[in-house]
Amino acid sequence: MKTRLVLTTALLSATALPAFSEGVLNIYNFGLYTPPDLIEKFEKTYDVKVTVTEYDSNETAIAKIEAGGHGFDIVVPSASVVPIYIEKGLLLKSDPNTMENFKNVAPEWASVAWDPDRSYTVPWVWGTTGIMVNKDVYAGDINTSAIFLDPPEELKGKINVVPSMNDVIDLAIMYVGGQPCTTDKEVLKAARDKLVAAKPHWASIDYASFEKFINEDLQASVFWSGASIRIRAENSGFTYGFPKEGFLKWQDNVAILADAQNVDNARLFLNFIMDPENAALISNYTGYGNGISGSEAFMTADLLAAPEMTIPADFASVARFQETCPPETQELYSRIWTDLTK
Amino acid sequence: MATDVETLAIRADTRRRWALALPAVTIIGLFSILPLGVVVVYSFLTPGDYGNVKWVFSLDGWFQVLFERDIFDDTVSLSDAHLTILGRSVALSLATTLITLILGVPTAWFIATRPAGQRAFWLFLITIPFWTNLLVRTIAVQEMIRNEGIFNRLFQWLGLIDDPIPMMFTNFAILLGMAYVFLPLMVLPVYAAIERFDFRLAEAGYDLYASRVYCLRKVVLPQVKAGIIAGSILVFVPSLGAYVTPRIMGGGKTMMLGNLIETQFGQGRNWPLGAALSLALTALVLVALVWYTRLTTKERRNG
Repeated sequence: MKTRLVLTTALLSATALPAFSEGVLNIYNFGLYTPPDLIEKFEKTYDVKVTVTEYDSNETAIAKIEAGGHGFDIVVPSASVVPIYIEKGLLLKSDPNTMENFKNVAPEWASVAWDPDRSYTVPWVWGTTGIMVNKDVYAGDINTSAIFLDPPEELKGKINVVPSMNDVIDLAIMYVGGQPCTTDKEVLKAARDKLVAAKPHWASIDYASFEKFINEDLQASVFWSGASIRIRAENSGFTYGFPKEGFLKWQDNVAILADAQNVDNARLFLNFIMDPENAALISNYTGYGNGISGSEAFMTADLLAAPEMTIPADFASVARFQETCPPETQELYSRIWTDLTK
Repeated sequence: MATDVETLAIRADTRRRWALALPAVTIIGLFSILPLGVVVVYSFLTPGDYGNVKWVFSLDGWFQVLFERDIFDDTVSLSDAHLTILGRSVALSLATTLITLILGVPTAWFIATRPAGQRAFWLFLITIPFWTNLLVRTIAVQEMIRNEGIFNRLFQWLGLIDDPIPMMFTNFAILLGMAYVFLPLMVLPVYAAIERFDFRLAEAGYDLYASRVYCLRKVVLPQVKAGIIAGSILVFVPSLGAYVTPRIMGGGKTMMLGNLIETQFGQGRNWPLGAALSLALTALVLVALVWYTRLTTKERRNG
């Protein structure tokens, strides 16, 4: 009797599902990047059921979206790939600039090179790619890419490098004195040689889980500023460094997909995250700045005080905003990467 | 007349057989041959600028499987990167097969020699790992070999070592993970072969004054050889294309073929090369299978 009851309830709830289909939203975002409390608040406010699916890199996301049949409504591309999304016609021109909360977007993020009128995207978060080191293990200067390219003795065999091809090669090119996306083969060769020579000293090339640092299985990494904040909260030994040879600044953006099924809910979401209080939820969770004016008032004191959040004045001049490299350069990057990871 | 009737009957029979086979043929055609055809076509196209392909014929994908133009001076040479990865994949797969063989055959022997009523229980124990997702199991193995993991803690507690042995992200770690994951695939076919073995033959061998080793070599092994070969193929083939285990256990620092293929479809943005590499891997597997069929059919002819 009990079994039958359970079965009936299961059937009932199964048949009841389509009734909710009006109120759903499918978000496709990087891993560990979507605050649960933000989603909960959105679901309660608009009575919409949100599903979050995660990916590990921009390339994975583009490949899956281009293949079609994915069912996602919202994606979070980095600034460097937004032009590719637009060129391939993958994004809906949803005109966020006409939305109620667009007035909150900070002036420096309101008109940007990759989406001049913000007619496709709204800011998610911005951050930097630098170096994170456990100062208990290595006390020297950590504001340098030498940490992973000419590693000090103490860190050898304990270094991770994120398998984010463009980040790693860009940092190496700047270390040998070039500019990201360069076509100068001498510079590229020097960067390749530097990377290949340094690789034996690395422990892994991995999107390593935060636990590996918290447990000190790994003691240093090429990493993103927000990840550093989150790890530092659990293991205060770690510190974030801004490489003086040059480091990367980037922004990730929220956009509606051209083949989205739930466009109205997606628009609600775009407008929702431009609200300062909600944008602060994103920052508090991810550890990155968000580009919405007035959100500081809702950020935690820890986050506001975090050194990762403010690029020191001495290093501001070597911050490079990450761009899309032309296909020819991209091919060279890809071959350097295969050479490195073989 | 009689022959005509016979021909008709045979024709009807053939038609019926085809009709019965149709569902299976359709499924194989739709889900196996057609996708493979797509892969073949893509391997002859030109990579698109940011992933995907341009519909322009090109042999570059296949050329790049084995050769490379130097990034900096355009000279053509054998692709060192791809050959290294290929060599590593084959070597690690062979090593995995060997380890599972060494651990799996005695295990299978142990189970097959239990009383009939108990065997099901032991087999059941072998299949338990299949209940858990591969990813979870792989991460669990990694948890054990961490610097602060069970093994290092235990060795330190026993006073065998002072400092933890770094085992994470090494070839040893990849091997350990793969051997663990693929071990049941070796045990099951070997068990099936040993279970069919008539132990009276071994007794007869002893009666004829065969030593234990001689009996194993000349009486037991020939009978269970097919099971051992089947197990080896079942381990070797998926090892070649293994993706998750090398990625997690190896820390992404050393690629195997599966990882190289994935890179081409992701960050490498070279789908034709990825497709050509997949087909090259398929060809490699085919060679292993043909070799297996040769071995076993020769066996039957001799037997």
